[in-house]
Amino acid sequence: MTPPVDLAASHGAGASLAPRDAEPATHAAAHQPFRLARGGMVDRSRPLTFRFDGALLSGLAGDSLASALLANGVRLVGRSFKYHRPRGVLTAGSEEPNALVGLRRGARFEPNTRATVAELFEGLDAVSQHCWPSLGFDLGALNALLAPLIPAGFYYKTFMGPRGTGTGPWMFFERFIRRAAGLGRAPDAWPDPDAYDQRSIHVDVLVVGAGPAGLAAALAAGRAGARVLLADEQSALGGALLRDRATIDGRPADAWVAAAASELARMADVTVLPRTTVFGYYDHNFLSAVERVADHLPEPEPHRPRQRLWQIRAQQVVLATGAVERPIVFADNDRPGVMLASAARTYVNRYAVAPGCRAVVFGGHDDEYRTSAALAAAGITVAAVIDPRAAVGPGAAHARAGGSEILAGHVVTRALGGAGGVRAVEVTARAGGAPRRIDCDLVCMAGGWTPVVHLQSQSGPKPVWDQALAAFVPGAARQAERSAGAARGQIARSACLADGLAAGAAAAQAAGFGDGRAPTAPSVVESEDAPFEPIWHVPSRGGGKRFVDFQDDVTAEDVALAEREGFRSVEHLKRYTTLGMGTDQGKTANVNGLAIMAELRKLPIPGVGTTTFRPPYTPVTWGALAGREVGLHFNPIRRTAIHDWHVANGAPLQTAGLWLRPRWYVRRRNGRPETWQEASQREAVQVRNGVGICDVSTLGKIELQGPDVIELLNRVYCNGFSTLAVGKARYGLMLREDGLVLDDGTVARLAEDRIFLTTTTANAIKVMQHLEYYLQVVWPELRVQATSVTEQWTAIAVSGPQSRALLARLADADVGDASLPHMGVIHARVAGVPARIFRISFTGERAFEVNVPSDRGLHVWEALMAAGKDMDIMPYGLEAMGTMRIEKGHPAGAELDGRTTPDDLGMGRLVSTKKEFVGRRGLERPGLKDPARQKLVGLMPADRQSRLRGGMQVVADRKVGPPNETLGHTTSSAMSPTLGHPVALALVSGGLARRGERLWAVSPVTGMEVEVEVTAPCFVDPEGRRLHG
Amino acid sequence: MLLIACPWCGPRDQTEYTFVGDGTVRRPADSLGAGETEWLDWVFIRDNPRGPHKEIWQHASGCRRFLLVTRDTLTMRIERVESAVGAAVPGGRAQGAAA
Ligand SMILES: [Zn+2]
Repeated sequence: MTPPVDLAASHGAGASLAPRDAEPATHAAAHQPFRLARGGMVDRSRPLTFRFDGALLSGLAGDSLASALLANGVRLVGRSFKYHRPRGVLTAGSEEPNALVGLRRGARFEPNTRATVAELFEGLDAVSQHCWPSLGFDLGALNALLAPLIPAGFYYKTFMGPRGTGTGPWMFFERFIRRAAGLGRAPDAWPDPDAYDQRSIHVDVLVVGAGPAGLAAALAAGRAGARVLLADEQSALGGALLRDRATIDGRPADAWVAAAASELARMADVTVLPRTTVFGYYDHNFLSAVERVADHLPEPEPHRPRQRLWQIRAQQVVLATGAVERPIVFADNDRPGVMLASAARTYVNRYAVAPGCRAVVFGGHDDEYRTSAALAAAGITVAAVIDPRAAVGPGAAHARAGGSEILAGHVVTRALGGAGGVRAVEVTARAGGAPRRIDCDLVCMAGGWTPVVHLQSQSGPKPVWDQALAAFVPGAARQAERSAGAARGQIARSACLADGLAAGAAAAQAAGFGDGRAPTAPSVVESEDAPFEPIWHVPSRGGGKRFVDFQDDVTAEDVALAEREGFRSVEHLKRYTTLGMGTDQGKTANVNGLAIMAELRKLPIPGVGTTTFRPPYTPVTWGALAGREVGLHFNPIRRTAIHDWHVANGAPLQTAGLWLRPRWYVRRRNGRPETWQEASQREAVQVRNGVGICDVSTLGKIELQGPDVIELLNRVYCNGFSTLAVGKARYGLMLREDGLVLDDGTVARLAEDRIFLTTTTANAIKVMQHLEYYLQVVWPELRVQATSVTEQWTAIAVSGPQSRALLARLADADVGDASLPHMGVIHARVAGVPARIFRISFTGERAFEVNVPSDRGLHVWEALMAAGKDMDIMPYGLEAMGTMRIEKGHPAGAELDGRTTPDDLGMGRLVSTKKEFVGRRGLERPGLKDPARQKLVGLMPADRQSRLRGGMQVVADRKVGPPNETLGHTTSSAMSPTLGHPVALALVSGGLARRGERLWAVSPVTGMEVEVEVTAPCFVDPEGRRLHG
Repeated sequence: MLLIACPWCGPRDQTEYTFVGDGTVRRPADSLGAGETEWLDWVFIRDNPRGPHKEIWQHASGCRRFLLVTRDTLTMRIERVESAVGAAVPGGRAQGAAA
């Protein structure tokens, strides 16, 4: 692969501009032509090699990927999302919109990583994005030639067909557009081999950000004795102090930072988390943070996670999140080599990298003079400082003394250059006149500061505009939080330190520690800035694109178009132009976009509105959010006591809620394993002709105790329970207040004041909550205690004509009809285990449900299997059970779909008219009495052989439509072993009034069309003789 | 994530609770004799207030008590948590259980 990085090509202009003897420091480090000879926080004894788009490059420990690329003279890092414009590094932090790269390979590949925050490590493999076929030659850049044709809202206007035409042009173009769009690409291998952890923590004071304000706040709170968590997204503490060479209390800033860090480390109740981004601020002071434990390593150390999610509940929060510098909107301000002034100082002072050889600094903020001084100190020529302010302040004097030209009352109107980056700027006096060209390979923009109010905004308030700062600052607190330092507009270092100390002390006091008095602030010598004059955008002199949002390729012209077309409020502006909608959430773009819109609308900036910030502050990986809850750990798994036996006997499993249930038990037939149809039919036939057993432990089980149990049953079931005798069971149908069926089950009276009831597997939790709700909130006068006992009992259905004979071999009590008639309950020992035996049937055969304590469940199951060997006893699974209940027309989950009444299910006669119960008034609603309602029927294929399935539409005639009026749908279907052909249950308009009619069951999705005959839902033994057989 | 102070168990994360519904509605004592409006108010009609609102939550992963929670829907502030025993009884709350 040819390295696209060609220093001569990509940086030729810069190299030729500066005379070699003028910059002895710049070209010292071998292979890193832009590494400064001195300074920085990089470790020159630890060189690292890495790859960018395949090219082997070198850097130093302590570099970010961006600083290492710049050290190598790589300025073209990616291409933009829409126009595929060549882009470089704009910032030195997490606000970076441009320098998005893919890191690592295979299953560890991670797209859209900001090169400015990715720490360099040995062997790092990075690739550029949005380039096809390569970074240097990109076909997508053709979009740039078409740019006049691709304004904001282009996709909506051009491709969305008018309603009703069915297929707009979008349908045709979408696949081409989607291929060219999108950020990055997904990994091409999986699964992610790394582990992700989660931790919860309670703290008195959480401090977000470890710059001067955050460090000061943590010190103050820690000294007061509070439990403090200090988190910072960077690998090193210090924040803005890493950027500038400052003096605090008479010593270098890094010495002050080191002293602060060591004092914090000595405090037992203070935790400091570097490489940790607090990304979400939620209700009740709950915050989430992600710690990048091993992102700076080739792979995690053994038994260590890649990342760790922190879930933090804090009594008090101090937001010391700093501020982000704003770019300035002028023509072609996106050329590689145009960067934030603060970023240029960071590359010079922290990373010892020259981001260029010959700089022009531009801005209405005195940071431009600090920047020119920093660049000059590093041996970089500062060709000119362009100050739009008419009068320059004292800060200019130093720059002028350093040999830089100061152009007051001037602006940069355009950056000139090619794909390799900026080669010159066009400078024009604001008063007018001819533009002037100044050669340079670095343009630093000092557009003023935007406090990082994201987390504060997430906590509730809207940010408010501060006219003096020309920025949004935090609004009045809604939660227990306060902002400190640059995050609330205190940009100067001395102010940051004092503000942080005060905030930390106040937060500690609010949490119950200390007296709230701030420690004495350290002394910082600073010059006072001249008044800041924001310059939101520089009008174009024709030509070039003026970018507001670099990541989304939104220009000042797009904002103007949105204004002309009426998308004027900030929320409309965002959605129409996509301003601020990228992965960077417009950190460098939003305020400029608002200011331009405000100017167009002749409104003050806050009159346009502010955007709402939402989590996450920076992108968070799914791995961190999922943590350990992946694969089998995604949900808890509920297994019955007999689970292992099912698996050992060839049963595939089906999830039912959190339960795993056996579907059928595969045997071998003719030298091969049975199909599922063969297995389930064999099991059902055995139950109909002999005996089978089924594990029904997953049914919900609830015990009710108290003198008012019968009254409760009468109120929550639609059928009556006053006559339920001790030792008897009864079917129960439970409704919701609106008259629709909630659930069904059996209700057994174990004693005068003691009831045992079952629910369906799916509704066990819902029914329990339903009963508890009525008992506590609606009828507190009822003396009943409800307890869920689902897991205390193993339930085994013993079903079939030989079930009594089998049970008699194991029970120590008479299980004959006299002592245990249909719907009777007795206590007995089964295989030596105390059991409750219920004479109830779901299959339509004589059947018993044996309940034993769960720890004895497997023993009783195996005893039944052994005792029934001569009867050819078989276990049967869900499929055979479902087949038999469909043959019997018993409603189950698909029929209890929350839309059916008792009458719809053919159980209208159960509904008592002698009592009030939940749902009775609801049943009076006219819609529930409509004779055309869809009601339960049976369907048989007219040819007695075509297969049916659930979810087929039932229609009068297959040939009509679409549209074709539907009469209903099939709910369940099975191959009936008793009848020898398929049957189905269906909900059909008119119900049994259609008995004998010929209809069609159709499935337009699968193309199935079956003529069917409407029958009663019970296909087998409608008289119920077999229950006693 | 809300922090709800169960009178029985103490402050616990929202994840331990199940939201049940509006805590201001009352079930008519005589559901069959109740007027249409009274009945519909119980089953279907719910206000969506901006500001303080009484809601019922169940401490499902704790003591399984139903709680009457006064929560400000705008600020998410929880002003009061009390027993919901009898909260849907007409004519005001019946005697609540003590903490
Ligand atoms: Zn509780």
